[in-house]
Amino acid sequence: MWSYFARRVVIGIPTLWAVITVCFFLMRLTPGGPFDAEAPVPPEVLANLRARYHLDDPLWRQYVDYIINLLQGDFGPSFKYHDFSITTLIAQGLPVSMQNGAAALLLAILIGVPLGIFAALAQNTRRDYIISAGAMTGIVIPNFIMGQVLILVFGVWLKDSVLHLPAGGWNDGALPNRILPVFCLAVPYIAYLVRITRGSMIEVLRANYVRTARAKGLPFRLVVLRHALKSALMPVVTFLGPATAFLLTGSMVVETIFQIPGIGRYFVQGALNRDYTLVMAVTILSAGLVIVMNLIVDLIYSFLDPRVRYDERAP
Amino acid sequence: MTSTNLASPHGAALDSAAEVQGRSLWQDAWRRLRTNRAAVVGLVVLGLIAVAAALGPLFLPWTYDQIDWDHVEALPPDFANGHYFGTDSIGRDLLARTLFGGRISLMVGILATFVALTIGVTVGAVAGYVGGRTDQLLMRFVDLMYSVPLTFFVIILMVVFGRNFILMFLAIGAVEWLTMARIVRGQTLTLRSKEFIEAARASGGSTPAIIFRHILPNVLGVVMVYVTLTIPQVILLESFLSFLGLGIQEPMTSWGMLINDGAAELEINPRTLIIPAAFMTATLFCFNFLGDGLRDALDPKDR
Repeated sequence: MWSYFARRVVIGIPTLWAVITVCFFLMRLTPGGPFDAEAPVPPEVLANLRARYHLDDPLWRQYVDYIINLLQGDFGPSFKYHDFSITTLIAQGLPVSMQNGAAALLLAILIGVPLGIFAALAQNTRRDYIISAGAMTGIVIPNFIMGQVLILVFGVWLKDSVLHLPAGGWNDGALPNRILPVFCLAVPYIAYLVRITRGSMIEVLRANYVRTARAKGLPFRLVVLRHALKSALMPVVTFLGPATAFLLTGSMVVETIFQIPGIGRYFVQGALNRDYTLVMAVTILSAGLVIVMNLIVDLIYSFLDPRVRYDERAP
Repeated sequence: MTSTNLASPHGAALDSAAEVQGRSLWQDAWRRLRTNRAAVVGLVVLGLIAVAAALGPLFLPWTYDQIDWDHVEALPPDFANGHYFGTDSIGRDLLARTLFGGRISLMVGILATFVALTIGVTVGAVAGYVGGRTDQLLMRFVDLMYSVPLTFFVIILMVVFGRNFILMFLAIGAVEWLTMARIVRGQTLTLRSKEFIEAARASGGSTPAIIFRHILPNVLGVVMVYVTLTIPQVILLESFLSFLGLGIQEPMTSWGMLINDGAAELEINPRTLIIPAAFMTATLFCFNFLGDGLRDALDPKDR
């Protein structure tokens, strides 16, 4: 099994390299540079700026430099926030995004999975319909509408009540400032988890081994929790892998709406300002996380389903 | 028809067999779909919204970019003026803008999905049918693309190539084809070993001919389900791009942009948010119901 993972890691590295390369050249092909947006700069100043950021080097040279710096953990200087290195910006933003993402993930799992099981056990009853309709609503209503409505309700209408919550800002991570963004992040994931769990649970409950377990006379609750749940969670785990990576690298929408200084918002600002290095850093981080999470998902598979084994030779 | 059957000399057994009308897979699926109330309602409402978005603006007294100079302010609904849903903050008719925005949103959704469909089905069918090294190469590429955060990619593309309506759906389509390719490849792999494909090959069919004439019609069902579920995703993605200021540009509009505009004045004038948001969520609901219904209809496992 470990040789399988070693192989996967070895495959992961060129994948990440390909992502870095494509992003790098895509960004450099852009007509217009990071200094266009500012008031017209005298040509000499522009030349100086370009020289300072090594933008006048040949492209291959810039690329090699970038990769070398990257290997040392240096994402380069920010083109927009002068005097800041990208590494500093990421070091500030990533913990914020990760805390919110982890909280949202936990919330989504704790609510979504049990609700999905609950709906599956009551398939085609009113309880099932209500839960499923709720899940559909959660998927269909875009994050940014919900965010705005939440701000309106809790930040404005309930301003003078106990339920008042700040409409935005981070305030160094005070609890009231976290509630709305985390909830807003979690809702679509709760909805997806309900749907996935419900679907796979229904399927698993029809499997022969579940029928056998019930025929043996085991209590239904035990059958569900001990026999069915494990394999019903497989698709859930598949979904959670990349979902975790996305949640941890911050939601662009939620962080923009609630003005949270996470890397999702940095990405949006970076993209709008053509701050190449910032955009690339966030993209590389997310891609790396997705690769790692997919690896972890494979690892969890082998615990959930004894039939999944990685030491066999691929046919 | 019955009379000719009776006249046939082959006896009673064949007569009764001939009376049973042949039903194709599609007819079967259609019958099942019609019994699914949510899917039918979804289909009807979608049709209404599409017709309203396509033809509605022609019958309205105001166009989407026309400012009512007598009332350069947010006006409540007023039938005398022809502002049936009122106006936005600079006096443009909200109904006209919502319908026009729907036109753009639906168009982006459908065109981008079509781009994704074309790339995904081609790659999937070729990879699955040709197999071998081609398959490995194509699927490795798909795997690689999967690990790129796609929203990021669309945003980078939009920034790099500028905000252009055509590029927008090309960019979205270019990242949405991956799942389609995987699904089609999986289906093709199972089809490839079937006898009718073998027969086609034995009788000298060329690879493109076999893919287009024999493989594609058989993966159509799965693809259709996926298409109905992709369109709402694309509409959401477009609205999200517009929200970040990377979408359609003024005075053109889309549901995403209208919602974004409306959200800015949510407190004073919630109508400008609620109306486009209602249209958009209704559309997304309908697509999802229809997609779920289609899946059940084409793959009946007594769900």
